[in-house]
Amino acid sequence: MAFLINPEVEERVRRLEIAFDRHGIDRFGISQRPLARFFTVLSWFYRRYFDTTVNGIDHVPPRGRAMLVGNHSGGVALDGAMVLASLFLDMDPPRLGQGMAEKFLNRVPFASTWTNRLGQLTGLPEHALSLLEDERLLMVFPEGARGTAKLYGDRNSLVEFGTGFVRLALRTRTPIIPFAFLGGGDAIPTVVNLVRLGHLFGAPYVPVTPWLLPVPRPVRLEIYYDEPFLLEGTGNEEDEVIHGHVERIKDRIAALIETGASIRRGRGEAVR
Amino acid sequence: MKVLITGMAGKVGRLVALRLVASGHRVIGIDRRPWPDAPPGVEVHQVDIRKRAAEDVFRTGRPDAVVHMATVTHLTQRSADRDRINLHGTRAVWECCHQYGVGRAVFVGRHTYYGAAHDAPLYHREDDPPMAVTSFPELADLVAADLYAGSALWRMPDIHTSVLRICYTLGPSRTGTLAGFLGGRRVPTLLGFDPLFQFLHERDAAEAIALALEQERGLRGVFNVAGPEPLPLSLLIDLCGRSQVPIPELLFRLLLGRFGLPRLPPGALMHVKYPVVIDGSAFRAATGFRHQHDADQTARDFRDAPVGMID
Repeated sequence: MAFLINPEVEERVRRLEIAFDRHGIDRFGISQRPLARFFTVLSWFYRRYFDTTVNGIDHVPPRGRAMLVGNHSGGVALDGAMVLASLFLDMDPPRLGQGMAEKFLNRVPFASTWTNRLGQLTGLPEHALSLLEDERLLMVFPEGARGTAKLYGDRNSLVEFGTGFVRLALRTRTPIIPFAFLGGGDAIPTVVNLVRLGHLFGAPYVPVTPWLLPVPRPVRLEIYYDEPFLLEGTGNEEDEVIHGHVERIKDRIAALIETGASIRRGRGEAVR
Repeated sequence: MKVLITGMAGKVGRLVALRLVASGHRVIGIDRRPWPDAPPGVEVHQVDIRKRAAEDVFRTGRPDAVVHMATVTHLTQRSADRDRINLHGTRAVWECCHQYGVGRAVFVGRHTYYGAAHDAPLYHREDDPPMAVTSFPELADLVAADLYAGSALWRMPDIHTSVLRICYTLGPSRTGTLAGFLGGRRVPTLLGFDPLFQFLHERDAAEAIALALEQERGLRGVFNVAGPEPLPLSLLIDLCGRSQVPIPELLFRLLLGRFGLPRLPPGALMHVKYPVVIDGSAFRAATGFRHQHDADQTARDFRDAPVGMID
């Protein structure tokens, strides 16, 4: 067993339906070894450190282009990482979710290499299009950096959605699978975002928790996947039409969050 | 077909000439550099493309087609002379084509046209803007030459012009931009960055140029030319039998050109940090081009060749 690689994870990496070459690299630079390392670490967090429950994973199509669209629940990118873990560990065959990384990450040494080797390409419309045309599974957070910056009190709310993803889904006839993520804000409760400090490092902000560093607490996390739906259209519709689609998707995500949040509240009472 | 090749004495130029002769074409070449043991069937004129003597070659030789490869990339010396060769030379070639009734002209350009940046996408298509102008100002004259040649499509519609943006070439000749970078035993990289590199065997590059020329109805338009899928720089260095020396960015400029590390212009830093990857599907669809050498074979040919060997 190679250093820091779990054999079960390694086997799953081999079963990913991605065209890797003999060096274990695909056309976007995704590489099997870094994937195996990353998911080895991630699976420990997913299964041991956090208590993660996943609902409706069967809604994620086993192959072919698809777009997962969900909420940021605060707490940096924990939500994205755990969604990737659930797709990789709880699907059979496993799938690699491909998020759209914040642009600043590509400027940061090591973060640049890692995001690229793990298929988390820089968030550009061209990348989203190329990946969908290549029948990949895209993970989209339409709230963007506004979403990761949510403070603790806003963890279960939604901020404004971008609209680009809907036009792209229409243009490429890609099914959208809404999902909700709960618990990110409890794991890493952000009390304040230091924007100025962030800009010094080229990041949008630096989150501060009550214990200063964004080290997560071992809490319960929940992911809810909803039924896929295919929007009909060309992608050249008027803004009102697009906004209508965005609102429908946003409402479904909000409903998923509400369901999850009420269960969490119920559980909280039971414990007390 | 009678083909005139400018800049024929370079590595890919020679390969194109040999390939064309092998297919029964007649080849005339212009270059300031000599090609002493040029094979029979290849006529060499050692002249400067910007001079009257070059025009005489057009007038007396009357080629049916032209491959323009006489552009300079010597990155370490940016000189006024280089600008003149790249811009005025390109202009002179298309004007001669127009004047002497040349039906087909191929401009051999580079994929670095698109430039490298942290927010640039992988798989550039031909209509992507030339970001190299800002990210790598040392390449501005080559970008301009590329666009100038492309403008012949509407300025001189009587000529079938094709502009080929070819990715890095690599192979036994051990010459060219990428070969220079990988030339030493130790190859400097930027610590924490490992961009994808796209390269094509020099023979495949020559084949692509010849194919562009041989299209039955002539090839018109701008095309990316790519071969095997890109590889991370670290793997390429490994396949070439070199060792990687990761250097923090702040130290990088300081150390280049010393301790056996190659010299690079400041703009080249971006090309070691971020990828320039092109989508070559339009060219493949238009010409049926398929590369014959995969990435491993190409790197091996480069690694195992005796120094300075050509064909």
